[in-house]
Order: sequence, then C-alpha cells, then structure tokens
Amino acid sequence: MLAYAIRRILIMIPTLLGVSVIVFLMLHLTPGDPAELLLGERATDKALQEIREHLGLNEPLYIQYGMFLKRLMKGDLGETIWTRQKVWVEVKQRFPATIELAVAALFIACFFGVTFGIISATKQYSIFDYVSMLGALTGVSMPIFWLGLVFMLIFSLNLGWLPLSGRLSVDVDLHIITHIYTLDALLTRNWAALKDAAWHLIMPAITLSTIPMAIVARMTRSAMLEVLRQDYIKTAKAKGLSQFKVVYKHGLRNALIPVITTIGLQFGVTLGGAILTESIFAWPGVGKWMYDAVMQRDYMVIQGGTLFIASLFILINLCVDILYAVINPRISVQ
Amino acid sequence: MSQLWRNKTAMAGMFIVSFFIVTAIFAPLLSPHDPVETSLYDQLKPPMWHENGSSQNILGTDDLGRDILSRLIYGARVSLVVSVFSVGLAFAMGTLFGSVAGYYKGKLDSVIMRIMDIILAFPYLLLAIVVVAYLGPSLQNAMMAIGITYIPRFARIVRGSVLEECGKDYVTAARSIGARDFRIIFLAILPNCLGPLIVQTTLSFASAILDAAALSFLGLGAQPPTPEWGAMIARSRALILRASWVMTFPGIAILLAVLGFNLFGDGLRDALDPRLRD
Repeated sequence: MLAYAIRRILIMIPTLLGVSVIVFLMLHLTPGDPAELLLGERATDKALQEIREHLGLNEPLYIQYGMFLKRLMKGDLGETIWTRQKVWVEVKQRFPATIELAVAALFIACFFGVTFGIISATKQYSIFDYVSMLGALTGVSMPIFWLGLVFMLIFSLNLGWLPLSGRLSVDVDLHIITHIYTLDALLTRNWAALKDAAWHLIMPAITLSTIPMAIVARMTRSAMLEVLRQDYIKTAKAKGLSQFKVVYKHGLRNALIPVITTIGLQFGVTLGGAILTESIFAWPGVGKWMYDAVMQRDYMVIQGGTLFIASLFILINLCVDILYAVINPRISVQ
Repeated sequence: MSQLWRNKTAMAGMFIVSFFIVTAIFAPLLSPHDPVETSLYDQLKPPMWHENGSSQNILGTDDLGRDILSRLIYGARVSLVVSVFSVGLAFAMGTLFGSVAGYYKGKLDSVIMRIMDIILAFPYLLLAIVVVAYLGPSLQNAMMAIGITYIPRFARIVRGSVLEECGKDYVTAARSIGARDFRIIFLAILPNCLGPLIVQTTLSFASAILDAAALSFLGLGAQPPTPEWGAMIARSRALILRASWVMTFPGIAILLAVLGFNLFGDGLRDALDPRLRD
C-alpha cells in the first residue's frame, strides 16, 4: 500500500517537471521579445533591462530554466503587469472563490448524478431510464457557457429570482474568515448573508455541475448494472433479503468504487471548466482571473496561474489514485 | 427492447451528423444570405415568427445586420473544418506515438507515456487556452491546440492494442521472416483496434466542436467576422435582453451537433462491442 503510494508520487514528479518545462517554454516560443511581452509595449528601456537581468533572459535557455525552478521553489511566481502584485498573492486571494464554486458544483453533481444513476440502474429500460440517460447525454453535449447565459436570461433577467453576477450583494455585511462566503456566513451565524451568498452561488454552481452530473450519472448507472449482474447479488436475493438491502447494502458499496474515482476526476474537470463559468457570472475566482490575464496578455499571470491549476490537478489525481487503491486493494498489488 | 433503444439512438445520431455534414458542405447553396455582409438597416431584426420579423431573415439578424440563419449554416462549415483538422491531427500523432510506444516498449514507451501524462496533466481546456494565448488567437492555432490535447486518447488505445497483439504468434512469425516493423504494425496490428479508434474519433468530433466553440467564445479561436457558433454567442452577451435570439440559436446549434456525434459514437460503441458499454 505504501509502496504503491510512493510509486505514484515518484511518477508525479517528472510530470510536474514536464508541466513546468512547457509553461516555461511557452514564453520563449511566442513570437516577440520576452521582456517586452512581459512588461507590455510601453515599458521603458530601463525596466526592460531590469527584467532581463532579473529573469536572466540573456542567458542560455537551460540556465534560465534553472533560475525559473529556483524561483518556483521560493514560491515566486512573478508579478502581474497591471497591479504589480505578486502572482502568488493574487492566487491566494482568488482561490477560495473557485473552491467554493467547484465544491458546490461537485456536490450538486454527485447528489443528483448518483441518485439518477442508481434509479436508472434499478429500473433499467424504463421510461425513467431513457429520459435520464438522454438527459445525461444532453448534459455532456451542453456548451456550458451558453447554458449559463440561458439561465441568466431566464432566472435573472426575465424572472428576477436570482442575482446576475458576483458573490455577494453590495449592501450585505459579512465578517470574512475563510473567504468562502457561504462558510463564513454559517460560522458567524449571519443568516441573511448566508441566503445572499447562496443565492449568488446557485446559478454558477448548477451551470458548472451539468457536465460532471451527466458523467457521474452514466458512470453510476453502468457500475450498478455491472454489480447487479453479479452472482452474489443473486445469492442475496435468493436468501430473501429485501430489495433495499440487496441494492444498497450489497450492491451500492461495490458499485461506488469506480464512481468515487470518477467524482474525484471530475473535481479536476470542474477546476478547468471554472474558467468559462466564472467569466460569464463574473465570479471572482482563479478562472476569471486567468481569463482576464489571457485577454490582457498578462503572461506572468498566465504562467503562474497555469502552473498553479495544473499542479493542483495533478495533486488531485494523485489523491484519487491513492484513494482508489485504498478502497480497492486489488489495484495496489499490481 | 434494449436493441431497439440502442439502434434508435444511433440512427438519430447518424441522422443529425449527416444533416450537419451536408449543411456544412453545401453551405453556399443553402444559405439565404452572405454570412459576413453587414447591413446597418437590418440591425437586430427578430425571427420570422415575431411581429417585427420578416421572411427575409428567418431567424433574425444580429447587431451588424447579418442574417443569423446564414451564419449558423456557415458556422457548421467552420465547426466541421475545425473538428476534422484537430481530430485528424490527434489521430495521426496519437496512432504514431501509441504504436511506437507499444511496439518498441522499454525506454521509448516510458518517455512517450510521460509526454502523454504531461498533456493530460492540464485540466480540460487549460492547455488549449495557454497554447493559443501564447501563439496568438486564431482558428488555426485553436485547431492545433485542441488537436494536441486529444493525442493521449488515441495514443492510449493504439498502445494498448499493440501491446496486446505483440504477444500473439502471428507477430512473432512475421518478425521471424524478416518483415519490416512498420509493415507489421500497419497491416497486422492496427486493424485490430480499428473499432475503438472509430468510436473515439466520433466522440472526439463531438468534443472538438464543443472545445472550439468554447475557445472562440473566449476570443481565442475564430476571429471576427468568421461565423463560428461560439463566437456568435460571445457577441450576443451584450444583447441578451434586447435580442435574445442572437444568443439562443447558435447555442442550440452547438448542442444539437455535439449531441448528434455523441449519440452516434455511443451507438457505434454499442454496435462494435456491447461489452464496452460505458
């Protein structure tokens, strides 16, 4: 078990290095002078000189890469052009928003996905099965940036039920602890703020949850079908156990194994999909920040943000792998 | 009963896919207007069934007076081209990498699989966004970026199949009579993984259309005035209240096209090997 975990971690390291190489190389593959790209067109010659020295842009590539890695070790991801803030500081500021959105989306996806998947499996080929699987297929085919706009049109602009963008209304007072507004509202028992924050969270979260929900539903259904075909289920039924006990106690536990890994992987997907959702709903998270950086050609931020998101994704996948090995001991023996 | 379900959905998928391809190919013949011709007199005309609409512009016009239906039809062409190129790129490179990795094994295998892992280390669109952000926003760069992200899917399939076949006798026999490696790979091994490859290609078409639309929505793919469904949606954001039709129809187009390919791909998968279902 431990050996398996160590092996997975060792494999992770060259992948992380590879990602850093790609991110590092991208700046140099871009047409144009790297110093000018980083500082913008209106930079003074003095500033260009400074950054060339600071980043060693005149040195050969492999030396630059070494300096790049050393800076990463110190946690220096550079500074943005626009506010001269440290990239790492900005990431820390925006990350809680993205986490709140991703967790909410994942929760919705799991809850409805697993439920629909189970019901579909137990009532295979029924109307419910067809409708929910068609719905799942539609969900997987859905352009979520469009879906978000449609939701906005219906629920904000036409019906006025939900707020259009942002995380909190201007006139709401909230004592901030974790920067996850719903959590903070809960912790400070500020029910008005909780309602407001949740109200702002609903549309983006549902939009983001669409694809994971569909994938989880399909996965759950097929896993359950696979399990329910097994002999031990027949034994349980023959023993006279109730349908409930057969499905939930014996079947579900085993079916959930691949489902849990799917859910874990979807967490990474929601991080990526957050870029689209956050930019539509003006949700001030890492996704929107990356989107703004791409629009403004802020290469330092693009570099830092990409490294951060990719590393997080790799880490999540590693945890999912290890979790899977814990739940399913057969894997770690390979 | 289950056979009927599978066949029906695959048929529906095939119908939608054919419709999409025909529309894309015959765009100039089917389109009532020029998709990029602006007309300031006809700005923001609603679809035909509204009181202010006319049969001149069945689905209305956008803020520059361009006919939406025509842009949708030409948009199908753009989406088709993008998906063919990116999936084609991924298919070619993926097959190459996968077969080399599976056949020669050893260090080459490790290196290639490491590269695949690195590509897979970027969640969803991030790699494509980064590549296009650095190389400059254009449809060609978007095609290339999306293609690169899909390489691992194909490489995995081919590598798995090659590894499996390598142990079999006919491969050993071919080697022993001195057949060249390439010949063995292409003529003997690849035909065996053709099924999963076709399924993956179809499903990748679906994702490619979606990803290209997403990139264009972010301003990183098709540039104006190219009629691309995602770019049309991006433009419509400012008009969402005044002219919701500008936003609705491109989205439906994307949804239908992607759904069609997904249905078809799923149906193919079930037809080629029922055991592979999900």
